Amino acid sequence: MTATEKKERKRESIMQASLQLFSLHGFHKTTIPDIAKKLGMSVGNLYNYFSSKDILAQEIIKYTSEVLGAKIREVNETDLSAQEKIRRIVEVYFVMSKEKPEMIEYFLRVYLSNREVFSEGCEGMTCVSGFITEIMIFFDDGVASGELRDQDFFSAFGLFMGYLGGMVFLKGEGVLPQEIEYYIDDISRNIYNALKA
Amino acid sequence: MEALKPRLLWLQSITCNGNTHSFLNHPDLFSILSHFELVYHPVLESSCMLHEVLARKAPCDILILEGAFSEQGMVKEGVEILDVALYYANVAEHIVTAGTCATFGGIFKGYDPDAISGFAFDEERQTARFERFSPKLISLPGCPIHPKWLSYVLMMIVQGRSIPLDAMCRPQELYNITVHTGCSRNEYFEWKVDTKGFGLKEGCLFYELGCQGPYTRGSCNKILWNDTSSKTVVGTPCFGCTEPTFPKAVLFETKTHMGIPASMPLGVPRRAYLTATGVAKSFKIKRFEERIITYED
Repeated sequence: MTATEKKERKRESIMQASLQLFSLHGFHKTTIPDIAKKLGMSVGNLYNYFSSKDILAQEIIKYTSEVLGAKIREVNETDLSAQEKIRRIVEVYFVMSKEKPEMIEYFLRVYLSNREVFSEGCEGMTCVSGFITEIMIFFDDGVASGELRDQDFFSAFGLFMGYLGGMVFLKGEGVLPQEIEYYIDDISRNIYNALKA
Repeated sequence: MEALKPRLLWLQSITCNGNTHSFLNHPDLFSILSHFELVYHPVLESSCMLHEVLARKAPCDILILEGAFSEQGMVKEGVEILDVALYYANVAEHIVTAGTCATFGGIFKGYDPDAISGFAFDEERQTARFERFSPKLISLPGCPIHPKWLSYVLMMIVQGRSIPLDAMCRPQELYNITVHTGCSRNEYFEWKVDTKGFGLKEGCLFYELGCQGPYTRGSCNKILWNDTSSKTVVGTPCFGCTEPTFPKAVLFETKTHMGIPASMPLGVPRRAYLTATGVAKSFKIKRFEERIITYED
């Protein structure tokens, strides 16, 4: 492993540890010493990788967006119908919320709730483009094939992602009576019915 | 004794005369033509009459073809023009298809899409004539051609210089860039700022008004029209007139899928374009929201 690869791996482990702590205790209550302690490294060394907690938070949202984007890209690159792709994307999102809850929780409870941390460096879609781009490609393909109705991007995006985010938020609050997978079929059908041509 | 000049024959098929007229706008027209013997031209004085050309009695070193071709039915004085074109194409050292109709079929192809095509191409497909004539073919699509595109080709030929061509025989110098290259609205394109209407100095025409500049090959914003301006500079979208697919039906609207342009800039992967767009759109740059000129009343 080269020195660069080693450093990259270390960066990723810092982001993963921080992701868990931020999602669990919140952004403000988690300190850099907490993160260093969890990783068994010195605070000074951690600053060699990320110069501030805000920068770390911004890098994490880029990282989670890339991870989720890569999963959706796999769906986009299949020959499935838009209807089936919707189901796959819902599945990817919900399964991730269960297997790596910190990823989605971070988006909902840190990124969306602490806008001041992201206002400089993560303007607009800058830090979530890895994910948004794949959703755009999904919509573009769906309209081009005639399966989805041409409409304003944000009307469709809000319906799709607002719905999924809302469900995962309810799951996080512990108010869903069923496991999250239980809702995949119905929600996929609802989204398809709303978006179809 | 004066060296022999290359003999130029300008033959029209199914055409509106647009390329003929466009070439007349060249500020140095007669200086350029002085390097050639004008054997036949539709509107300028030339050494042969049309009936002599049709009788295949004219000499020809450089054949300029204008207009689309039909296997049958485009007849002048009882002679099929395609047959005449083929005769001179065999004789000539260089064949220039001037305009999109002669090159790809263009607007006239719409009249009978199955029967009408360009000389060596039918839209993007090669016709049976391509293989035979491609070694001496130069494609100059455009509706019409810019007069200086033709003079560039003619002067390169007369100076014995080779013209680097692409796979469709288009001069790379003229067609290996897009109409977007050099557009005065490039900053607005970079930051994804739409124009508010036709004819305004501010904003990009790609997002709402159908501009095809980013995926149309041509040098309209490098070699300006009338040495002055271009469609996009004055606030009219590029119609993509140099492309094999010209004309498209809707010229003043950008086809989008949920706001995403259906055609990407030439050679730019959709994922790369959308990523860059998402980032650029996240910022509001004050200068690009303002008028360039503020008038006092």
